[in-house]
Amino acid sequence: MQDIISVSQLTRYIKKLFSYDSILSNVSVIGEISNFKLHSSGHMYFTLKDEYSVIRCVMFRSQNQMLKFKPKDGLKVIVRGYVSIYEQGGSYQLYPEYMEPAGMGNLYLAFEQLKQQLEKEGLFRPGLKKKIPYLPRSIAVVTSPTGAVIRDIINVLFRRFPNAVLKLYPVQVQGEDAARQIARALDFINCHNAADVIIIARGGGSLEELWPFNEEIVARSIYKSRIPVISAVGHETDFSIADFVADLRAPTPSAAAELVIPEKEVLVKTIMDLRLRLKKALANMVQCERLRLEQLMKSPSMRHPLDKVNQKKLDLENYKRSIAEAVRRKVEKEKSTLSVLCGKLDVLSPLTVLARGYSITMKEGNIIKSVKQVHNGDELDIVFTDGKIRCLAEGEAE
Amino acid sequence: MELNLSYEEAVKQLEEIVQLLEKGDIPLEKSLELFQKGVALSAYCTKKLDETEKKILKMIDENSEYREEPLSLEDE
Repeated sequence: MQDIISVSQLTRYIKKLFSYDSILSNVSVIGEISNFKLHSSGHMYFTLKDEYSVIRCVMFRSQNQMLKFKPKDGLKVIVRGYVSIYEQGGSYQLYPEYMEPAGMGNLYLAFEQLKQQLEKEGLFRPGLKKKIPYLPRSIAVVTSPTGAVIRDIINVLFRRFPNAVLKLYPVQVQGEDAARQIARALDFINCHNAADVIIIARGGGSLEELWPFNEEIVARSIYKSRIPVISAVGHETDFSIADFVADLRAPTPSAAAELVIPEKEVLVKTIMDLRLRLKKALANMVQCERLRLEQLMKSPSMRHPLDKVNQKKLDLENYKRSIAEAVRRKVEKEKSTLSVLCGKLDVLSPLTVLARGYSITMKEGNIIKSVKQVHNGDELDIVFTDGKIRCLAEGEAE
Repeated sequence: MELNLSYEEAVKQLEEIVQLLEKGDIPLEKSLELFQKGVALSAYCTKKLDETEKKILKMIDENSEYREEPLSLEDE
């Protein structure tokens, strides 16, 4: 009978066999991720599968930290690692040391994933874009102090605006530390309020070389920046995450220098033109007023201002004369009427009749015109030309 | 005249004044007032354009302390 061994001994034996196998100790496998779990320890647990089989995988934190993209269910990946035994579980597992998306580039996927995530968070919202100041008093440039980019920017900038103020924050624009440096530069410039606008720039390069500008830390610093940020990364056809978050994307670094400040010469000319138009407009206006004044001075009433007054005076004189004439005529007429009436009055006056010897008989103040008015015993007054006497009537008319 | 305007705002105001005066349907006294304001604005704009002095600086970040020095690219 063979030696009896324990479960652990058997498991360890199998594990040893696996580790001696040249294929199992270093194998590349293609498959689709499922049941993906990121444990709080930082290790990744998932299975790789194809139509027929599955294999459990563990990717340790120390290895998965290097990943640019985020593994997830359904993603087809190529992993390289070793197969070993998980002794406590009695199962074999694949331990990937490296993983990349199958079919598309590693970085490309990482780019798409971060882009999607930040877009979902709203970092690219058009409403967030800050206005680039029209005439920045100082311009910060975050780029490499060596190479063509900073020289191009300086050339374009000072050609457009000879008295501009440029402040370079030198950073590495590729390599491991570049993203951290760029993010720090943005924070630093904001913290010290060192410029009115920031350009982050890099010349053209491969996706790997441009990678720092696709890193989350850079995107978040741009998002946080109170100072407007212009991104100018690579060539016109290269798009970086930084471009999406930035307030303005310039197709190239030189273009950024053109976008950041207007041409001073044009501005000066604009102001001069406006000043000229201003003067001309006022001169025109004064000229117009002068013409109008001259026109007014030429009018008859301005040339002979007393004509009207004299005319009125004359009219007044005429009116006066007519009124006097009318009054005089009226008085005359009244006078002659009066004398006629006076003559008539004379003829009719009872006094004249009395003077001729007639008398008037009155009873109780009324003139007696008939004997029938007189009764026996009536007191009558008889008026003569020189006075009156009272009489008593005796008898009556028959 | 003390102005607290951005260059952009000042130019905009100046343009508006010029257009108003060019239309010419405002009383002369008001136009004189506008003209004076326009002259002041144009002077202000010119001043704004010449406000800065050409500088090419390097920002130095020493433990978050801010410092500037002239940039000489030849040294790099």
